[in-house]
Amino acid sequence: MRQKSTNYITFECLSRSANEAFARGAVACFAAQLDPTLEELGDIKTAVSEAVTNAIVHAYPDTLGRIVVKAQILEGGVLEITVRDWGRGIQDVEKAREPLFTTGGEERSGMGFTIMESFMDKLTVRSQPGKGTKVTMRRRVQPRGRGR
Amino acid sequence: MEMRYRAENRLLTISLAGELDHHAAKGLMDSIDRCMEQNLPARTLLDLGGVTFMDSSGIAVVMRAKRRMDALSGSLAVVNIPKQASRVLETAGLDRYVDMLV
Repeated sequence: MRQKSTNYITFECLSRSANEAFARGAVACFAAQLDPTLEELGDIKTAVSEAVTNAIVHAYPDTLGRIVVKAQILEGGVLEITVRDWGRGIQDVEKAREPLFTTGGEERSGMGFTIMESFMDKLTVRSQPGKGTKVTMRRRVQPRGRGR
Repeated sequence: MEMRYRAENRLLTISLAGELDHHAAKGLMDSIDRCMEQNLPARTLLDLGGVTFMDSSGIAVVMRAKRRMDALSGSLAVVNIPKQASRVLETAGLDRYVDMLV
């Protein structure tokens, strides 16, 4: 379902691993206006880190490429994050989403999508081999008390 | 990411501080490997007390450390696990393979 966005940020970065911290930090700063708990913020940062790392490691294994991250606040306090790349794409999305499946060797755990799925309310992955991947995640931030 | 270690009577304690992501993990894995090779511990404690953020890259680091200790016929425990890191490790079900002491 399309929902109206009340606010958003977009940024583009190069697929360098040094940008993982920047991406999760930037989204966390933006999400702060929803007044999340530390735990909610931790979940959001972790999910962004996984999505951006996937793009860096798997979309552009031998090259540097563009990654575009968009974070938006939808009505009802829902944070939607999309991470888009124009890299290699995923052959079999179902398989990639299985726990412990990885093509990244001993350095990766194969738990990225599992963590995105468990830490967010909803995860959508659209990918076309040779064209790129778009990961969309949603998480509702619970309203807290008065003064919001 | 900062790593410190202390070795005493074949007990190796490796303490990590900072953010453990994919950017930090590669160098860290090499450092942990080297540290274990130099000290040949019978038991290693991986102290995450100073870790301010960890994603699934941390799972790969712990699994690698576990395999290295298995190869040395030793044991590994992860200790002082902050809440955010513990959520990641639990989601992976890592407590089935590795001793986790809070």
